[in-house]
Amino acid sequence: MAVMFTGTRHWKGASVWLLYIIGLTPGVWYFYLGATDSLGANPVKAFEQLLGLWTVRFLILTLAVSPARELFGLNFIRYRRALGLLCFYYALVHLSVYVVFDQPPILSVILADILKRPFIMLGMAAFLLLVPLAATSNAFSIRRLGKNWLRLHRLIYAATVCGGIHFALSTKVLSGEQYFYLALIVLMLGYRLLRPILKRRRRASNSAQRYQSRTNSALGN
Amino acid sequence: AAPLSAKKSGYTVSEKPTPHDDVTAYNNFYEFGTSKSDPMSYSGDFKPRPWAIKVDGMVANPRTFDIDQIMQEYPAEERVYRMRCVEGWSMVIPWQGFPLSALLDKVEPLGSAKYVIFETVVRPEQMPGQNGLFQPLPWPYIEGLRLDEARNPLTILAVGLYGETLPNQNGAPIRLVVPWKYGFKGCKSIVRISLTDTQPKNTWNIVAPSEYGFFANVNPEVDHPRWSQATERRIGTGGFFSSDRRPTLMFNGYAEDVASLYAGMDLRKNF
Repeated sequence: MAVMFTGTRHWKGASVWLLYIIGLTPGVWYFYLGATDSLGANPVKAFEQLLGLWTVRFLILTLAVSPARELFGLNFIRYRRALGLLCFYYALVHLSVYVVFDQPPILSVILADILKRPFIMLGMAAFLLLVPLAATSNAFSIRRLGKNWLRLHRLIYAATVCGGIHFALSTKVLSGEQYFYLALIVLMLGYRLLRPILKRRRRASNSAQRYQSRTNSALGN
Repeated sequence: AAPLSAKKSGYTVSEKPTPHDDVTAYNNFYEFGTSKSDPMSYSGDFKPRPWAIKVDGMVANPRTFDIDQIMQEYPAEERVYRMRCVEGWSMVIPWQGFPLSALLDKVEPLGSAKYVIFETVVRPEQMPGQNGLFQPLPWPYIEGLRLDEARNPLTILAVGLYGETLPNQNGAPIRLVVPWKYGFKGCKSIVRISLTDTQPKNTWNIVAPSEYGFFANVNPEVDHPRWSQATERRIGTGGFFSSDRRPTLMFNGYAEDVASLYAGMDLRKNF
């Protein structure tokens, strides 16, 4: 791992592309399995659920970048855009599979299904919230939007809440695996809620320490 | 699974049966785990012999049956039924079994008996889903039928599928099959059948009363709160491009045989 951070600039750029390739591999592999009827008895459902699961995984990894840096000093910020986009791509294919393969090919039926069911609506909302984030994930938009870019990208929290509930509602009862990912989501969102408090406390203890050392030196200790 | 002979019966749908390997690999049997492949993967240690089934409650002649005795006393016939899961998928399964009414006749239900309760075995040492931190359901798994539903000639106790005794993952050694109801009504690995005068609480109804009713009749017009029941995907029809989604039929296509059981009832309320 250490090599990754001390490597050349060249490697740093390449590692992002490597992440895209590795990140998209499960989707391509499952598509191949499903197209050749090797994805179990219900390949459409299996593919849809696997894509949903990878969406959740990349969402959590995207959200983990900040706490990793702030709490543990691990800097993966260079990979955050790729992680976020991978999350979006999986969500996009997940939604496409639902529309193209999982539903009868009648638009009115699909629309009725979306409008009638909070479970589907939440998933759809999560996806729509990710669209502007993906669309502005380029250097031009970051420059152009300035401070508003940060504000806009807070939509990820809303997407996480909608997507997390959608994920929890996707099965008849929650499985152990779902509990695991939902716990991570709660942890990621909880950290954001606690962050202002943590920061204030750290600042307070820092200034207390400074005061202490100043008093100590003034006293000649 | 041992070979099992069965005479043909008139109850055979004309649709192509779902391949054996899908019927035995894609199951909901939460006692072995919540994933569809768990029942096949984790039911290897389950012992379906010896096996006793207690039949009691409001009957004149309560009895405990041994499974081998049952299979001798009630020769199996073949029933090829549609099976519709509440999750929106379906199969066509060649079952071997016998009418539940034959067994009920033997124990002589009292005039006061109105409902039949079914109970699945509890064996945490052989059923990994009944162990550990995340147990999805309260055990034992309970299902129930109204007595007239239980006596309908379509309702069978199955002891085999595809000409062999039931694989563990499909509810060995004996399970309920009620083809016009959602699959979860088909209580598996039954150890007790009990007659009563009050409508029992069935497991899924206890866990999520707004989503699963007591009747659970297949009905394309009454949606599950989280998904539509208008259509279903037939299992085992191939990969993405040959996937078969078809309209769901009222009472799973058995309306002619069972619609009269629900005459005058509001099926939206009694879902």
